Amino acid sequence: MSAPVSPIRPPLIEGHKSYHDITNDLVSPTERAPDKSWYIAFLLSVTVLGFGIFCILWTIWHGIGTWNLNRTIGWGWDITNFVWWIGIGHAGTLISAILLLFRQKWRTGVNRAAEAMTIFAVMCAGLFPLIHMGRIWMAMFIFPYPNTRGPLWPNFNSPLLWDVFAISTYFTVSLLFWYTGLVPDFATVRDRAKGIRRKVYNFLSFGWTGSAKHWQRWEALSLVLAGIATPLVLSVHTIVSFDFATSVIPGWHTTIFPPYFVAGAIFSGFAMVQTLMIITRKILNLQEYITVEHIESMNKVIVATGMIVGVAYLTELFISWYSGYIYEQFAFFNRALGPYYWSYFGMMFCNVVSPLFFFSKKLRRNIKFTFFMSILINIGMWFERFVIIATTLARDYLPSSWSFYVPTWVEIGIYVGTFGLFFTLYLLFVRVAPVVAIAEIKSILKTAGDQYVGPNAIHSHVNVNQGGDFAHTSHNLDEDSYDSGDQAVATKAKTQHTASKSTITEDDLTKIEGIGPKISQTLKDAGIYTFSALQQSKLEDIQRILDKSESNFTGNNPESWPIQAKLAAEGLWTELDQLKDKLDGGRIA
Amino acid sequence: MSKTKEVVYGLYSDEQDLLKAVKVAKSGHMEIHDVFSPFPVHGLDPIMGLEESRLHIAGFIYGMIGALTAFLGMTWIFTKDWPIIFGGKPYWSVPAFIPITFETMVLFASIGMVVTFYIVCGLGPGVTNETLHDRLTDDKFAIAFNTYDVTVDSAKSFFNQTGASDVKVKVI
Repeated sequence: MSAPVSPIRPPLIEGHKSYHDITNDLVSPTERAPDKSWYIAFLLSVTVLGFGIFCILWTIWHGIGTWNLNRTIGWGWDITNFVWWIGIGHAGTLISAILLLFRQKWRTGVNRAAEAMTIFAVMCAGLFPLIHMGRIWMAMFIFPYPNTRGPLWPNFNSPLLWDVFAISTYFTVSLLFWYTGLVPDFATVRDRAKGIRRKVYNFLSFGWTGSAKHWQRWEALSLVLAGIATPLVLSVHTIVSFDFATSVIPGWHTTIFPPYFVAGAIFSGFAMVQTLMIITRKILNLQEYITVEHIESMNKVIVATGMIVGVAYLTELFISWYSGYIYEQFAFFNRALGPYYWSYFGMMFCNVVSPLFFFSKKLRRNIKFTFFMSILINIGMWFERFVIIATTLARDYLPSSWSFYVPTWVEIGIYVGTFGLFFTLYLLFVRVAPVVAIAEIKSILKTAGDQYVGPNAIHSHVNVNQGGDFAHTSHNLDEDSYDSGDQAVATKAKTQHTASKSTITEDDLTKIEGIGPKISQTLKDAGIYTFSALQQSKLEDIQRILDKSESNFTGNNPESWPIQAKLAAEGLWTELDQLKDKLDGGRIA
Repeated sequence: MSKTKEVVYGLYSDEQDLLKAVKVAKSGHMEIHDVFSPFPVHGLDPIMGLEESRLHIAGFIYGMIGALTAFLGMTWIFTKDWPIIFGGKPYWSVPAFIPITFETMVLFASIGMVVTFYIVCGLGPGVTNETLHDRLTDDKFAIAFNTYDVTVDSAKSFFNQTGASDVKVKVI
């Protein structure tokens, strides 16, 4: 009855967790008093946020003149930061919505925190257009409501108004999606709590009981929300790119902008998720839930989207030359070799060159390197927006109005302040809510827990469905009352159950005559990691694994493998060599 | 919350045991009041005979309402209420209305569906529902029978037979 799982998938939950362990591990950070590092981080964030608020108030009090924007460069750090933060938000929705539709199990480890990141990032982003308006007390003019000014309506044909709709919808949907996922977990926290804490979490959990019908509706709701959040997230950055693409500024009015912005948003968003997750898993001790597998999966997304961004940069360059339009050509010449050349090359290096390191599996799985790269990509993506906005505007059609722009302390302060806002909210979030979705982790435990799949499995029991491509794992070894029927039990690759993980090491199966690296991998994928496991396997089971494999192993005969494995398991290497001499390519002569 | 009812329930430690027990109950024609679990148990709905949720139909209707509201609203404003020419384009410039129509559709569909979800489930801010056991949101699974449908004795023998623990009667 468990969901289909491929035996080649590595485990996503480590440490042989039971359901109760999961509850304990994930709820306890909200139950114990925060430690010193949390207080220091929180104090720092609040201080920075305070300075940001001061700078915002300074801007509102004195006007936009406190920024170094001028007649030529009308958009500077404000819109750069806006686009940057909005882009970061995209990864959260991508993880929670698109990966849900694609049934990617690794999303469950990171989706909760990534969605929180989305919400906080969109809040930071939304600040910039608001204060950029100058007269923030007129902000309600952007909303279409019957008013006493005519009624005078906003311009529905303007991408800037589309932005208002896109971002407010995006924020609302992300918030609803996130909170609906949190409700069952708040109920879990509630049921462990006492006194006032129980009352608070009872309120937050909306009276959740875990009834079967509620779960069914909850799943239906999550799926449909994911289904509509997916085009939504693509539309949001598409519309943000329209702010530029519908203008008549050389370097902006290109049709490549929507896909290029969306890819860039996912790219930078995943980098930010990595930054956050690597710190969070370390501080909250969640390495068993946010594993190297999760980090590697995200790095794969980073390298893929990074290459899309790289292709977009080069396409832009080519098209500007190919268009034969001198203003367009100049815009790109100016980006690369003009006064802001350093931001262009910073962008190129951080976004196009550096992600290529992730083609190495070793680096993808290296946590320190990933952290370093995530910072580099965040910087690179900030440069990208700066290049598009300020660099392009600095050299417009009229050389007499060319200008140069450096931010004032107020602009820098507001940007730094958004980090304060972001981290203040994130730090509060990790105190109040479980950072990893408890219910969702539990629902994948039997298909992704390391006691069920992978080299440390103790319940490993692969039922290869005769007709299908999937194998089912179910943990009740001794009960055949379900999953019986015509399903053949292919392997009972029981590896020994040992308390310490490190004592089980994979054996080099290629030491056995007839097993090459490819077959060895196939066997390992099917759960046979050691000589003793191979020795215990039945001949027909091994044959079935070989037949099931995508590669063609028809020429290989496994009849001698268990015998050889027995010798190897017992360490009788000389005997094994003697046996090998008698064998002909693994066959019993 | 409207009516209190008396239920008898038993706890299981594994979803496979729960599924088997639900099958046994169904084959014995015992009317199950409800099943509680800490996470969605896959394969439970068909065994219990739960109908598929119609939430997505509601979502579709809300989405259509949203799309029509936005599109017709913009049409009325820009052709009847206050026509303005922007950049020499027609008053009724349909392509420019698409982004807002789409966003409003998504907004209405998601808010509508979430609100509907909480209302039909009887959940919401300030709602307190009596729970059977504190471990049901942690690591236990429960089947509950309404004592009106199933006598306590037959329920107890059922729980005994299917290996449930902590069999209790509770008013919720």
